[in-house]
Amino acid sequence: MNYKKTLATVAVAAFASFGAQAQTEIQWWHSMSGALGEWVGDIAKDFNGKQKDYKIVPVFKGNYDESMTAAVAAFRAGNAPHILQVFEVGTATMMASKGVVVPAEKIMRDAGYKFDPKSYVPAVSGYYTAPNGQMMSFPFNSSTTVMWFNVDALKAAGVSTDKLPQTWPEVALAAAKLKASGHKCPFTTAWQGWTQLESFSTWHNTELATKGNGMKGMDARLVLNSPLHVRHIENLGNMAQQGLFVYKGRAGAAGATFESGECAMYTNSSAAYAGISKNAKFKFAVGTLPYYPDVAGAPQNTVIGGASLWAMAGKKAEENKGVAAFFNYLSDPVVQSVNHKRTGYLPVTMEAFKITEASGFYKQNPGTDVSVNQMIRKTTEKSRGIRLGNYVQIRTIEDEELEQVWAGKKSAKDALDSIVKRGNELLEKFEKANKS
Amino acid sequence: MILSSDKKVIFRSKWLPWVLIAPQGFIILAFFFWPAGQALVQSFQQSDAFGTSVQWSGLDNFVALWRDETYLESFKTTALFSVLVAGLGISLSLVLAFFADRVVRGIWLYRSLLILPYAVAPVVAGVLWLFLFSPSVGLVAYVLEKFGVEWNILLNSTHAMTLVVIASVWKQIAYNFLFFLAGFQSIPKSLVEAASIDGASVWQRFWTVQLPLLTPTTFFLLVVNTVYAFFETFGIIDATTKGGPGKDTAILVYKVYFDGFKAMDLGGSAAQSVVLMAIVISLTVLQFRYVERKVNY
Repeated sequence: MNYKKTLATVAVAAFASFGAQAQTEIQWWHSMSGALGEWVGDIAKDFNGKQKDYKIVPVFKGNYDESMTAAVAAFRAGNAPHILQVFEVGTATMMASKGVVVPAEKIMRDAGYKFDPKSYVPAVSGYYTAPNGQMMSFPFNSSTTVMWFNVDALKAAGVSTDKLPQTWPEVALAAAKLKASGHKCPFTTAWQGWTQLESFSTWHNTELATKGNGMKGMDARLVLNSPLHVRHIENLGNMAQQGLFVYKGRAGAAGATFESGECAMYTNSSAAYAGISKNAKFKFAVGTLPYYPDVAGAPQNTVIGGASLWAMAGKKAEENKGVAAFFNYLSDPVVQSVNHKRTGYLPVTMEAFKITEASGFYKQNPGTDVSVNQMIRKTTEKSRGIRLGNYVQIRTIEDEELEQVWAGKKSAKDALDSIVKRGNELLEKFEKANKS
Repeated sequence: MILSSDKKVIFRSKWLPWVLIAPQGFIILAFFFWPAGQALVQSFQQSDAFGTSVQWSGLDNFVALWRDETYLESFKTTALFSVLVAGLGISLSLVLAFFADRVVRGIWLYRSLLILPYAVAPVVAGVLWLFLFSPSVGLVAYVLEKFGVEWNILLNSTHAMTLVVIASVWKQIAYNFLFFLAGFQSIPKSLVEAASIDGASVWQRFWTVQLPLLTPTTFFLLVVNTVYAFFETFGIIDATTKGGPGKDTAILVYKVYFDGFKAMDLGGSAAQSVVLMAIVISLTVLQFRYVERKVNY
């Protein structure tokens, strides 16, 4: 063994790491795996390559609820990351926790970056904006609810594919034709609470909860047992009894049944594009979320899902500057357009949308603009977003009660009443726990 | 398990016994009493997820539980689930051990195969069984469908309960088997032989000689299996049904896990674990009071 050589190597390594310390490291905890994990890695590489002061270090911390639990534990132990990716249902929890985060808008302004709230797509940034107008977190990956069609299956069943079903009555008709042609699973849905209650509400410009769905205060209460909601859930319940709607499980479980060709139509996130385009061995198409044409104000806009980036509090000024620089980099319309095209997530600024449109991307990839068009509308008080406390639990209550309807054990009205009653107890509890 | 007074060892030293039990005592304190105490304290508190504002809330967390009808409903679910898991787990492994005890050749192979499931983590066990029974892709579900059974764990409560019970029992059988097999093998051969000479059939020998001698083991396993069904099965439930359809497989400990670790409602979760702790402590006391009387050591 050549000791001199070893010593020299050690010295060089030590010097190199000393040199690297001049760079401020920014820890970024995220929940993007697979192809999206590679995407996050590429973003960090691109940012780190464009400047020398800061180094973004992305760390995969499990799925959304796992990474949030990990961050809570880390925060309590005093070593939270600088940036935390939190899913949309965790938004109210993050906002209500005092002294845990620095608002994204504030961290950018403090670092001297220009911040124009008007440049952001309202239905996206509004979701993460506090009642006082301050953008609290950075909208990183937003998707929305759309309808996916197996074009081959529809054609085989004699459903016109030139004009895909756009309304719920049309969906029911198409499903009946599919069933008559022997199809076992005409329609299904992923994320039933998000697609059939949340997005359904904003799409019909109807409140899911009072106080603008909780956007205006923590004293919001659920009102999703309105006649319109009952009508829709009843309709789906009937479809379930007739075998037109086949329930395939909670969360994203239905995705696999569409990709395998078992189910012909389903509602899910626009971000399902990545998986479908990779796995589906049939011609598929995407359409807007179905609506009831006789409802005034419908279609309005759908609600987003996905996640945003939160700057955690209690960090050094230099580190906060690094976080701001990274957020500023992510705001760049060109960067955004690239990300939008790569992942199917929504563009966050209007400028990014225009750049993507000008590049001819939507023309070359028909359907990719469906989700964007559902979102870039002027939002109303009732459709701006959804912000409810204890929402992880409320989503589970929605699953539990809706399953009773699909199984034919409960009427739509009883199930929705029960969601309201059980959910409101959790909202009251959240309000109490977070009173200042 | 033969303990009699004449075998008692008497320590003359005053401090030595304390030193000897100190490591064990420390472990119990650190891993049982301290967390249990924490849960007790948190059950009277309400706090946000990050713990930045913690306030005393008296019995609020408990009152909220009592007002939740579905929580009360899950007591019934838990009772059904625990009786099925403990009952099936103990009786099936008793049968398996009985036969394994009679095997002469290749006993190590039988034993190893039967012990194997114990090495599988609960979540993995859940996923394995889910693969077999999942309506769209499962092998068992496919066969059942061929026989005209419309298998659907997503909407049929009985199917869902069957699945979680099978997975939970399968996971625990290995453990029970080990104890029963050791129990069978520690029964003096002379007793069984004497019974055969008296003309007792295999069944009679089992029922009148072997089983009574196994009561200490059975009782021990009853306590352990009850605790297992109450506390350690949330991983299986989470991997298979997530408590559904509705809340029909949401046993108490699953909600503790979900509310605490997924929904980060620490106060509510702590209150539930205090309730659960009280139930299991009283069940164990009851078992020692009444069932143990029937045990012959």
